[in-house]
Formats: sequence, C-alpha cells, structure tokens
Amino acid sequence: MKRLAPLAIGAALVSAAAWADTAPGDVAFTDGAVEQSLTGKPGDAANGRVVLGDRGQGNCVACHQVSEMADVPWHGEIGPPLDGVGDRWSEAELRGIVSNAKMMFDGTMMPSFYKVDGFIRPGDAYTGNAAEVVTPILSAEQVEDVVAYLMTLKE
Amino acid sequence: MLKKAIVLAGAAALTGLASTAVLAGPDDDELVIDGETFVTELPGFEGSPLDPIYSGWRFRDDATQALEMDDFENPAFVFVEQAAESWETVEGTEGKSCASCHGAVEESMKGVRASMPSYNEAAGELWSLENYVNFCRTERMGADALKWDGDELNAMTALIALQSRGMPMAPVIDGPAAEWFERGKEIYYTRYGQLELSCANCHEDHTGDMIRADHLSQGQINGFPTYRFKNTKLNSAHGRFKGCIRDTRAETFAPGSPEFRALELYVAWRGQGLSIESPSVRN
Repeated sequence: MKRLAPLAIGAALVSAAAWADTAPGDVAFTDGAVEQSLTGKPGDAANGRVVLGDRGQGNCVACHQVSEMADVPWHGEIGPPLDGVGDRWSEAELRGIVSNAKMMFDGTMMPSFYKVDGFIRPGDAYTGNAAEVVTPILSAEQVEDVVAYLMTLKE
Repeated sequence: MLKKAIVLAGAAALTGLASTAVLAGPDDDELVIDGETFVTELPGFEGSPLDPIYSGWRFRDDATQALEMDDFENPAFVFVEQAAESWETVEGTEGKSCASCHGAVEESMKGVRASMPSYNEAAGELWSLENYVNFCRTERMGADALKWDGDELNAMTALIALQSRGMPMAPVIDGPAAEWFERGKEIYYTRYGQLELSCANCHEDHTGDMIRADHLSQGQINGFPTYRFKNTKLNSAHGRFKGCIRDTRAETFAPGSPEFRALELYVAWRGQGLSIESPSVRN
C-alpha cells in the first residue's frame, strides 16, 4: 500500500505509471497469490488477449487452450485449458500464478513471467547469448493486462 | 516440399483445436526403407526413463515420414552425395583423402555411428563422431578442422552414419564414459534459462503433447544428422540441443562442447535399441 502515495505525487510530475510499478523482487506473495496490482491500477483486458496470443510476448497459448481465442492458431496441451479461470481463481491468485506460478505450484513447468533472479544460465532473450541484465518476460503492465483478460474467462 | 508443409499447417490451423487431439501421441506407422523395417518403438529397457521408447519419426506427419522412406526423395541425400565426393578428395599437407586410409566408406564405417559418442582413451575424453573426423583431418591429413554443426561436417557425419542405418543405437556408458553419462544426465534434468525448462519437462513429461504448433517427441537422436524443413539443411544433434536450450531463453552451450558431448551420450542411451535412421527427415 505504501507505493500508492508516491504514485499520486509522481503522477502529477511525470505521467509514467512505470514509476510506481512493483519491482519483481518486491512482489508480495501470500499463499501464491498477489493482492495488489503490480501497476497500482487495473489492467487492459483487450491488450491482455494480445499478450496471451503473441509469440513475442506472453505466448500463453503455446501451452494453454483458450476457446475464446479460437481465431489465434495453435493452442498447446501442456497446461490446463484456461476456459473459466475467471471463476476458478481470484484476481489475486491469477496475478500470483502469472507472476511466479512456482509460488503456488511447487515445481510447476510454467515459467515465471515476473521474476528476474534464480535462473540458471539466463539468456539475452532468444539469442542464445548470456543476459547482461535480466528483465522480466512480461512488464508489470502486461501482467496486469493478462490478469484482466483472464478474469473475463467465465464459464 | 516447403509449400506442401505450409499448406498442411494452414489446413490444421483451420480445423483449430480439434487438430491437437488428433495428433496426440505417436502414430502407428511403420518405417520401411529399401524393404528393411526399422525399429521405431520398443519397450523400455532395465532402468529406462521411457517406456515405450519411440523414434521421433513416429511423431511427424505422413508427408514428412514419406520423404524419409525414399532415398530419392530424402533431401539429405544431396548432402550425402557431396560428402561421398569429399571422402575421395585429397586435402591437406599429407596428400591424403579419407579413402586413402579408410578405403570404401561402406565397408570401413559400417557400425561406427551406433556407439557414438564414445570415450577416446588417447584423448582422455568423450568424442562425438565429429571429433573423430576432425582428428583425422588435422592429425593425419594435415587439413583444417571442419566447423562443428557446419554443412561440410554434417554432410560427412551423415555419410558415415548412413553406413550404420538400420543398426540399433548402442552407446557404451560404463567405464571411463560413466562420468560423462552422469554429467549428461544432470544437464538433461536441469531447468535452464529464464523459462526454466529442462529437456525432461518437454520430452519426458509431455511426449505427444502439442506446444504451440510443435508436436513433442521424446527428443531421440537416432535420426541425426537430420534434414529439417525449418532450415532446409542437415542438422547435428548438437545443433538441435543448442536450439532447444536457446529457446528456454538461456545462454546455450556450443556445439562440440564437453557439455553437449555428455548430453549426446545420455540421450543416445535413452534411445538405445532404436534403429539408426540417419540421415532422417524432420520438420
């Protein structure tokens, strides 16, 4: 909650919401869930849908099927289908799972999309070279957008 | 062929999610080349992490499978023919070709691929087939070493591997090879990169499943070097390992590195008993 105050002041000086983003190392997990928005504001579900389908962004459909996204080709079978996740999980739980699913499911194959440490031989994106600086796979804003879209997936 | 592959992909995309269910798991096709039936499925051996064991050929579509069943259609043979010429060609300061010492490749290289990679006593390390070829070039022919996973070296290893086609994979993992085997096993189960994926995550735990448009096989290497539509050339096992680890958003290892030779031995062991298909055809 303490991050909200700087946001209010900062927003008046600079319009960049990134200023208030919770850093990957500061995300507070409770039983795998993350209560507070990483950006301090609601995500954009329409952009979240794009992030889910784009190979260069979340590429979530590489592993998960989503009936609502039937227009996007090739959905994988690795993880559970996402239909109805908005009913099965709370927003905080979905935020936790997308940010770092290993906090809720020990040893899960699912990558951690908002984490920057603890990796073995992290690479510079998909170049095969070593990473000089590790940035999260998704930005705080993208995570929130994905969570917003997932919350629309009701049975 | 590429056009055909694109049409197939397009058709599958149109059918949408239904296509994934149809593809799940290996198919029941039988691989026959020149009248010889290949072992593409066998029960797991004692201590095998996989049961049954399947060749990657069983996970490919019919059009891709068909290309491997006919040497005149198999695009890899263009490169094999080039290597057959190289085999006879004198190179280097010693005035020798491969044939100068080894004679006919069909005779001298028969069975060599089956036990690769193997521990080399003199070198004191595990060698892949590429190491043996380059040793001959630099130490006996006075020629330059060929680039690992480069076109020339892959063509030569394909020519040599072809002489063992149909024979079972039979790597030796005990004695001095044991520590390489253990290192390879450790690499196989390490979750590399920012996606934190090990070889086992996909190829052991999700064999037969789709990951986006890719139908996951067991990641066997009995078909290497393999011709891939993806880059329309021959690919070494190490080149494939490199691509896989790169795709975990990791700093990969280099083809020819001790890490990949160790991994090659371990993966060869996981597929022991499968028929060697080199040069195979994959997408």
